[in-house]
Amino acid sequence: MKVSEKDVRYVEDLANLELTEAERARMVKDLNSVLDYIDRLNQLDTTNVAPMAQVSDRYGDSAKTGKARFEHAMRADVVGKSLGREAALANAPETDGVFFKVPKVIER
Amino acid sequence: MNLATLTIADVRSAIAERKTTATALAEAHYARIAEQDGEIHAYLTLSKERAFEQAARMDRMAENGDPLPPLAGVPVAIKDVMVTRGVRTTAGSKILQHYFPPYDSTAVARLEAAGAVLLGKTNCDEFAMGSSNENSAYGLVRNPHDKTRVPGGSSGGSAAAVAAGMCLGALGSDTGGSIRQPAALCGVVGVMPTYGRVSRYGLIAFASSLDHVGPLARTVRDSALLLRAIAGRDPLDSTSADQPVPDYEAELEKPVRGLKLGIAREYFGEGLDGEVRAAVEAAIQKLAAAGCEVVEVSLPHTEYAIPTYYVVATAEASSNLARYDGVRYGFRAKDGKSLSQMYRRTRDLGFGPEVKRRIMLGTYALSAGYYDAYYLKAQKVRALLTRDFDDAFARVDAILTPTTPTPAFKLGEKADDPLAMYLADIYTVTADLAGIPGVSVPCGKSRSGLPIGLQILTRHFDEATMLRLAAAVEDGNR
Repeated sequence: MKVSEKDVRYVEDLANLELTEAERARMVKDLNSVLDYIDRLNQLDTTNVAPMAQVSDRYGDSAKTGKARFEHAMRADVVGKSLGREAALANAPETDGVFFKVPKVIER
Repeated sequence: MNLATLTIADVRSAIAERKTTATALAEAHYARIAEQDGEIHAYLTLSKERAFEQAARMDRMAENGDPLPPLAGVPVAIKDVMVTRGVRTTAGSKILQHYFPPYDSTAVARLEAAGAVLLGKTNCDEFAMGSSNENSAYGLVRNPHDKTRVPGGSSGGSAAAVAAGMCLGALGSDTGGSIRQPAALCGVVGVMPTYGRVSRYGLIAFASSLDHVGPLARTVRDSALLLRAIAGRDPLDSTSADQPVPDYEAELEKPVRGLKLGIAREYFGEGLDGEVRAAVEAAIQKLAAAGCEVVEVSLPHTEYAIPTYYVVATAEASSNLARYDGVRYGFRAKDGKSLSQMYRRTRDLGFGPEVKRRIMLGTYALSAGYYDAYYLKAQKVRALLTRDFDDAFARVDAILTPTTPTPAFKLGEKADDPLAMYLADIYTVTADLAGIPGVSVPCGKSRSGLPIGLQILTRHFDEATMLRLAAAVEDGNR
């Protein structure tokens, strides 16, 4: 058992989730089962392997180096079109017509 | 007009010759949906107003003798993880139950610009997390070939809609096999393009370094037409690649003779169903008879693909899904007294069990003290898996594997065992990690009539060779 109920509560907190007792018990079991399986990665020696975060590192103009390679992904730093206020607020659960409304943030 | 066998290529000539109209085609498909979808449940939302407006536009162009765009009048469905302006988009989740996006995703906009008619949004596993479509908050999808079985996932609705004649083509998304696996189980063609070939702008993110948008269709030619319409650089997605897009349909005319095919022994071991093996081997023989050279290759790190995937994908998902907080869009729990309580209640009530499981796993893998052991380690193994393909593609033009270990499984069969479900993608996840393109093409059926798919993988940006080989396999298997 790598993950205890205490660990699950801690991660729950980090992930902004609130599990029920039943969900938490199931989560302990499921996470341990998957993590046991993931542990097989430790069979591999990766000492001199550079981590690969994403594939697009390999794209771009290979004749160039550094930032120049990805010039195609850059654009001028100018203000473009964006959603108007009405469209931006249209899907919000609660607004005052100008801002998003949320429950009280400051505790007194 | 038999909607179950109609192809996009047929529609193109029928509309140009005025044998049918886009409006009639849309009406016929909606009638078919009304008749079939009560049981299959491939669609979550129908966009009739938008569809008939577009159909009328195409019909007017045909009447005026204007040149028609390449997909004029073609009825398509869109997986509900791609945003569509004014058309409800849920990602199969309760947390987006009432979300009406203010913009279109690039792939959708490009399909419409090419003349396609958007029939509606298809059911999928919540946030594309699943391999059976049983994780949708809106109910499961049934496989049109056997209603007691899963259609695969997460693009199960798109695959089932194409298979059941409820659209001519569809868009799906593939993060670990979510286009190719349901395509195989439903007996249609599913294409995952190279990472960066199709813009991800407007695709609701699951794992950003693995997410791909791609087409599902009844034939390879139809997939080629759809891919051509949506592919290419998009300034709205900085990871979209600046590469010329070939005319994939024209590429299909080239012969396959002389191509070198690799068979990876790691994909034919324990766990592979005998009937799937036989159908895949027969397809390989067929290509050999057409003049391809078949050699064995090794992809030695294959067994580490699933564990690598479940670290990388869940880590990225935990970050991407942090945006669902009940503030700006979607569902909000009513009883949150404070901001943080509102966040927690909203996410607890809004997300389903599999999504919570993956958020928890990803958060754990990125948390202090575990980052190096899990996330960094997985990134290093991802590099090794990609190197395997680089080495193999130095020797061969394509790699052939089964798409799935078994044909479609029973509804509920793996629902209580997340690990068993994860292993349903064992042959597909590696391509997502390496960013190479893959297609699943029907290559036969089991004795009980369930479809079987062959997967063809090629080098980055070589979708043309992949589709050519798929077309050679397809003849006789449709």
